[in-house]
Amino acid sequence: MQSRFSSAALAAGVTLILGFMVLGISFSVEGVVPTLEVSESHKIIGLLIGAGLVFLLQYFRAEVSKVTAKMKGDGQAHELPSFMRTEKQQRVLAFWAVGALLLFPFLSSRGAVDIATLTLIYVMLGLGLNVVVGLAGLLDLGYVGFYAVGAYSYALLNLYFDMSFWMALPIAGGLAALFGYLLGFPVLRLRGDYLAIVTLGFGEIIRILLNNWTELTGGPNGIARIPKPTLFGLEFNRRPSEEGATTFHDFFGISYSSEYKVIFLYLMALLLVLLTIYVIRRLVRMPIGRAWEALREDDIACRSLGLNPTNIKLGAFTIGASFAGFAGSFFAARQGFISPESFTFIESAIILAIVVLGGMGSQLGVVLAACAMTILPEMAREFDEYRMLLFGLMMVLMMIWRPQGLLPMKRPHLELKRD
Amino acid sequence: MTNLLTVKDLTMRFGGLLAVNGVNLEVGEKQIVSVIGPNGAGKTTVFNCVSGFYIPTAGSVMFQGKEMRGKPGFKIAQEGMVRTFQNVRLFKEMTVIENLLVAQHMHAEHNLLKGFFMTSDFKKKEQELMDRAAYWLEKVGLLDFANREAGNLAYGQQRRLEIARCMVTEPKLLMLDEPAAGLNPNETKDLDELIVHLKDEQGISILLIEHDMGLVMGISDQIYVVNQGEPLASGTPAEIQANPEVIKAYLGEE
Repeated sequence: MQSRFSSAALAAGVTLILGFMVLGISFSVEGVVPTLEVSESHKIIGLLIGAGLVFLLQYFRAEVSKVTAKMKGDGQAHELPSFMRTEKQQRVLAFWAVGALLLFPFLSSRGAVDIATLTLIYVMLGLGLNVVVGLAGLLDLGYVGFYAVGAYSYALLNLYFDMSFWMALPIAGGLAALFGYLLGFPVLRLRGDYLAIVTLGFGEIIRILLNNWTELTGGPNGIARIPKPTLFGLEFNRRPSEEGATTFHDFFGISYSSEYKVIFLYLMALLLVLLTIYVIRRLVRMPIGRAWEALREDDIACRSLGLNPTNIKLGAFTIGASFAGFAGSFFAARQGFISPESFTFIESAIILAIVVLGGMGSQLGVVLAACAMTILPEMAREFDEYRMLLFGLMMVLMMIWRPQGLLPMKRPHLELKRD
Repeated sequence: MTNLLTVKDLTMRFGGLLAVNGVNLEVGEKQIVSVIGPNGAGKTTVFNCVSGFYIPTAGSVMFQGKEMRGKPGFKIAQEGMVRTFQNVRLFKEMTVIENLLVAQHMHAEHNLLKGFFMTSDFKKKEQELMDRAAYWLEKVGLLDFANREAGNLAYGQQRRLEIARCMVTEPKLLMLDEPAAGLNPNETKDLDELIVHLKDEQGISILLIEHDMGLVMGISDQIYVVNQGEPLASGTPAEIQANPEVIKAYLGEE
């Protein structure tokens, strides 16, 4: 009893001290003299309440862990709900979901559509990285490098060769894939942690190169005025950008609205995501998908059966990188402005978090996680500086309750059918 | 007659340890050849050298008249020399049939575009893989377990699945590393029949490492004895059984 009280008190005390350092003191500048003062009373009260909570939680720890143990369940909870089990039900559901997503931009606000577009970019990045990390089991911490390659490919091709988005898109994907191949070639001999470190370095190299090669990339100033994609040559601007070009609203004889552009971008992102999902769905069911899975389980057995591990890993790396390339060039087109700042390590970390949170290898899980990772911070904006705290809390809770991710992969098993 | 596999003066050194020293092996067409020896004699090291998992320090490994030494393991497997492992290495989370499909990777359709659009070509190839897998599952008596997860099979079944997984790659030489370890007498008898069947009906050769003397003496055409990394004797089962050197190595001196 005694130790229970003292350990709870100790925990509360530590919370108070740490919390006071972060929240209890505010730092302000009066003229040129920086001063430290104790924060407003409501923050202090909040801090005390927090410490009280910690104390109670620690004090009743045994009881609390009993409750959480119940919440964990017996593993049954990790299955899909019953209406999503069979292939046919899934197809019907997917049909309705796509329909709803198509209608969504016409029914909601411009801001919401904009966030949805951003989410779709992250969905695509998550799906691409999922091929490398989730399916082939290669930890890649420099994925943002390929994203940057895609974005800069379009921006530079447009800047120097005046190439349109639609022409640059496949080239950007191809270039990112090429970079994936070139990087993969030497490093795929490495395993686990070593691979992670080298890829991390690669991501940084790309960013630093973009930052310093000022003549070509504009360095930290980035590249501005990247044109938006067109619909079969129809622009979404108020006025045509050059002589002879037609704008969307002129062509259809409707009045100009900036919303058309936002909706168009959203629909394009949706199209790209659906394509990505389809391609990866097929890949998993093809020999190379099976080989990824097998390689993840036992690469010695794979070699003994005549599978070339390097080629198979390279395939995953290259394919994963090409999706980042597509996402990157779309990002550049949507943003209209890119600079190396958009491609820092934290982006790689977020994308990796999406994959892990979603459940390695699971496509639906990755989609859900990407939504959660982009929408939740947006929704939590009113908590301003605390939102990162909330975000961290969410991640910690996830790791405790669902370490295998939101929807762990249920791989499609091929079945032997007998007549 | 040329040999399928000829290993000459195979030597493997790990730092100061001479694990294998000057081992010779010959495997002819449609032959069952065994390598025996006390524990730690270097039998598995010989296997690892021959199958490309180690690069031997010296010596040569000729398979079908081609030098294999220094080639990576997957290339050697593609040439038609496939092995099993002492401790079964299945893809445990994949189903039985998928284990066999992965094994046929080199026969599969690799054109990504054909796969995306599921051309009739692609479907036909996949069906062929399926059929070959089913054929071998029947041979090893696992057809009823085709859609089970491989890790959930009984140990003896896992051993048989590993052999089937090698056979779908259509090898010319099958290398079995202690296939009878951990099997009960009935399962060992089944294994015996399976190995003889592979030689007689499928026309392949088998290189076997085994401790079960009953099995080895019953089916081998030729036996090599290795002791402490050195070749000790070779000959037919009858010759080996009568060889005083071999008896000494196994039982110690009187």
